[in-house]
Amino acid sequence: MINTILRFILMAVMSMSVGLLFMGIGRKFTARIHRRYGAPFYQSFIDVIKLFSKQSISHNWIMDFGVLMGLAGILATVMFLPVGPFNVFGHMQGNMIIIIYFMTIGYLGMAMGVAASGNPNATIGIARALTLMLGYEVPFVITVVLLIFINSSSNLSVMVASQAGGFMRWNMIQYPFAFLAGMMALQGMLGEQPFDVMIAPAEIASGPMVELSGKLMGSAFLQHAAQIFLETGIIVNMFMGGAPNIWIFFLKQLAVYLVTLAVAAIFPRYRFEDAVKFFWQAPTALALIQLILFLI
Amino acid sequence: MLLTSSKDLKDKGLDVVLDFFRKKSLWMLHYCTGCGAIELPPTMTSRWDMERFGMGPMATPRQADLLLITGYLSVKSLKRVIYTYEQMPEPKWLIAFGSCPINGGIYYDSYSVINRLAEYLPVDLSIEGCMPRPEAIIDGFTKLMKSIDKGEAVGYKRYRENYEWYKKNQAEVLERTSPVLKEEVADETK
Repeated sequence: MINTILRFILMAVMSMSVGLLFMGIGRKFTARIHRRYGAPFYQSFIDVIKLFSKQSISHNWIMDFGVLMGLAGILATVMFLPVGPFNVFGHMQGNMIIIIYFMTIGYLGMAMGVAASGNPNATIGIARALTLMLGYEVPFVITVVLLIFINSSSNLSVMVASQAGGFMRWNMIQYPFAFLAGMMALQGMLGEQPFDVMIAPAEIASGPMVELSGKLMGSAFLQHAAQIFLETGIIVNMFMGGAPNIWIFFLKQLAVYLVTLAVAAIFPRYRFEDAVKFFWQAPTALALIQLILFLI
Repeated sequence: MLLTSSKDLKDKGLDVVLDFFRKKSLWMLHYCTGCGAIELPPTMTSRWDMERFGMGPMATPRQADLLLITGYLSVKSLKRVIYTYEQMPEPKWLIAFGSCPINGGIYYDSYSVINRLAEYLPVDLSIEGCMPRPEAIIDGFTKLMKSIDKGEAVGYKRYRENYEWYKKNQAEVLERTSPVLKEEVADETK
């Protein structure tokens, strides 16, 4: 019991701090693509400490509650992610169905919080985020169903075990079309360009974050950090064979995250209906092709 | 009484530690009505790269620490700047950009432009020039960071302490924008 609680706390701290580190490295990476020097890799930690030291303006308790629920929803999902050999719950090693189900809570919490702020830009932003979700969930769920089919199990650790035995056994090589669909869905989940419709700073003034100040903004930052950790972690477990220890797992996650940032650095933004249309066409088609190839 | 000396308002206690993080992560909101706005894109992008100081543009006053007034302020836009400044969460800083907010610049005798921004809002730092080049802007930012580190950039506290004095000055100049509207309304009721 005590062990589970300790692992619980360790996982929460680890997901947020590794996510922040990835954000910092990602900013440096994007800066180098722009041929800039860029912020130091620990910049995100400084930002979060500064945000928590600032005055925060809250309009009502639902706004506070919603933002906290967003962070808690993502942290609750992270608990089911197997990080290499590290599992929070010994007997429930990364059930994909629970993960997909819980991932929504983060977004819904955020939606409740920012809708309570009463700013129209925030409402537009969160409406776009939830619409985009309809888009990327389709190819992502088809991919997940395919992997559940193959392994006759929805546990991520079973999927990882099936890929043991070298690089050529990874699902990334075995099922390349599904991997591509998964990477495109990841781009949408992380809200990177070309799918950053919900943030859109020049258009709807950073969307959901528009009214968040101080500690609320800090919580949103931590939520995004944990989200990066969770979503890259799912891709690593599903397609890149997990990892023998947590450090290799982090390295693989970082590689996946940097690929999404490299794509983000060279693309402008889709309009949100075009983004949804794209998700229902290209990645969905790729995932279906893989499903048909597997069934034949 | 007008409290202007920074010594009385200097940061103490935990703020001294937190000032280190605050100076390293200044998020700015630029109020771009004047011509200074055109100097900011090169400062932000590859050539002069402001992000290496941890600075970056933000979309709304709620998220920002630093308000840039880039150039002249007409009386009507002053009202919006005051709203914007008061919406920002503390601690917050304000930089006046170019000669216009310092002494009116080339608009010193205009009927619709204010001459000295420091009378209406607490200016932490002024960057002179018409317009200042990116080098001068970055020099100004590093000076602001130094004074934040020493705990001397306390404009927001000065605003809080001398709120009535600032409000009186603001009311005097904002009065000039209202009569036109009042007369029109009065005519319609006749």
